[in-house]
Amino acid sequence: MKYTEDHEWLRVEGDLVVVGITDHASEQLGDVVFVELPEPGRAVSKGDEIVVIESVKAASDISAPLDGEIVEVNADVADNPGMVNEDPTGKAWFFKMKVADLSALDAMMDEAAYKDLIG
Amino acid sequence: MADLKRTVLYDLHVRLGGKMVPFAGYEMPVQYPMGVLKEHLHTRASAGLFDVSHMGQILLTAKSGRIEDAALALERLVPVDILGLREGRQRYAMFTNDAGGILDDLMVANRGDHLFLVVNAACKEADLAHLKAGLPDCDAGMVEGRSLLALQGPKAEAALARLVPDVVDLTFMDVAIRAWDTAELWISRSGYTGEDGFEISVPDRFAETFARRLLDMDEVAPIGLGARDSLRLEAGMCLYGHDIDETTTPVEGNLTWAIQKARRAGGAREGGFPGAERILKELAEGPARRRVGLRPEGRAPMREGTAIHAGSEGGAAIGTITSGGFGPSIEAPMAMGYLPADLTEGTVVFGEVRGKRLPAVISAMPFQPNNYKR
Repeated sequence: MKYTEDHEWLRVEGDLVVVGITDHASEQLGDVVFVELPEPGRAVSKGDEIVVIESVKAASDISAPLDGEIVEVNADVADNPGMVNEDPTGKAWFFKMKVADLSALDAMMDEAAYKDLIG
Repeated sequence: MADLKRTVLYDLHVRLGGKMVPFAGYEMPVQYPMGVLKEHLHTRASAGLFDVSHMGQILLTAKSGRIEDAALALERLVPVDILGLREGRQRYAMFTNDAGGILDDLMVANRGDHLFLVVNAACKEADLAHLKAGLPDCDAGMVEGRSLLALQGPKAEAALARLVPDVVDLTFMDVAIRAWDTAELWISRSGYTGEDGFEISVPDRFAETFARRLLDMDEVAPIGLGARDSLRLEAGMCLYGHDIDETTTPVEGNLTWAIQKARRAGGAREGGFPGAERILKELAEGPARRRVGLRPEGRAPMREGTAIHAGSEGGAAIGTITSGGFGPSIEAPMAMGYLPADLTEGTVVFGEVRGKRLPAVISAMPFQPNNYKR
C-alpha cells in the first residue's frame, strides 16, 4: 500500500490502482454522510478534485493522486456513506484508475513514512 | 489554545475523550469517542448530557424589589410579554436593537421576586452591559460559581428523577429550585434539542460529581457541540450569529410566535421595545424575507453560505442558507435560510453546491417532531 499527503491510500490491483482514504482521514472527518464519485471513463490529472466527501462536520475533497483515467467507482459507498467510517481501507474504496505509469507509485510514501507523517 | 476559558467540567471532558475545540471563547468538547452521529441518535433515543456552562446566567432584580417592576423593565428591551410570565415559568425572548435586529436570544424565567436569564456565551458580556445601561431601575448581575448542564432526551426524566425525584412534577418550560445533597439546583424543563429534558444550574463545586452521577447511569451519555448543533437544527431552532443576528428581525426570523399579543398593535403594552416601529410594521404587513426550512432533494448537504436561486439556471441569488447539514434522525440533509416571504412551503428552489444547482423544497419546521412533556 502507498500513501499520499492528502491521506489517500493506493493499492495496485492488476494494471489498475485502487484508491481510498486512510483510517486516520476517516477518523478526522467524522461520520461520513455523503460521497460524490467521478464518472467512470473520466480522464483526470493529478490534483483534480474528483471525490466530494461530506461528514456531519464539513465537506472535503479528494484529489486524483496521479494522471490517468477513472475505470470503475464504488457505487456502494455512494449508497451507504457510513462504510467510509467502518472500513475505509477495505470495502469503502472510492475508485479504480488506469495510470499511465505504475512506476510513479514508487516515489510515494510507504506505510512507515505515512505513519511518520501523521505522528 | 491560549486565552481560551475552560468550564469547571473541562477535566471531565478530557477524561471522557472529548475532542476540545474553541467555541465562543471557551475550550469545549465538539464530540466524544461515540461520534456526532451516534451522540445525536443517543440523545433522541435515550438521554444526553451537555455542558453548557459557557452560557451566561444572569439575575435581574428591580431596585424596588417588585417582580412586576423587573418584568416591565425587561419589556423595554424585548418584544415579549414578561409581565404575563407567571412565577415558576420560563419563556423564549430576544433583545432587539433600534433597527429591529436581534442582539441575542435568551430564556427568561420568573423566580418569584426576580428574573433569571440564560443568554448565549458569545453575547453574555454585551448582554449584561446592555441590561445595566438600559435598565437603571434594576440590578443585573452575572451568576458566578455555577455551572450549567443540559440533560436531554426521552429518558432524561427517569435519569434525573433518580437524583431529584420531584422533577417529575415539572412540565415543559417550568422552572424550580430543588435540593440535591447540600446543593441548590436551579432546574428548568427545557433545552435546545426538541426533546423533553432539563437544564440544570449547579454550584461549581458539585458540578463534576453531579455530572458523573448522571453519566454513571446506562441511559446517559456525554454529548458534544457537534450533536448539539444537528439536534437543534432538526428541531428547527435558531443558532444566534448564524440564523438570526443584528440584521434580522424577529419577524424575518420566523419568531413571531415569541411576540405575545400584549406587545403587538392593539395589545395592552403595544411596542415600547427597541425597533418596535419596524417589527410592528412587519407583523402587520409581513416581512420581505423570512427564515424557512429547506429539504435538499438528494443526499448532499447544503451548508451555511450556500446561495439559493429560484431556477436551475440563470438569475441572481434570492437567498442564502444560514445553517445546513445532515439530520441523523431524519436521515437526510436539512437546512434553514432566508428567502422572499412570498415563497410558500412546497416550492422548489435551487442551492448552488460546488457549482451545481441542486433542488431543495421549502419545508415546515421542525424537521423532526418535538417531544416535549406538556
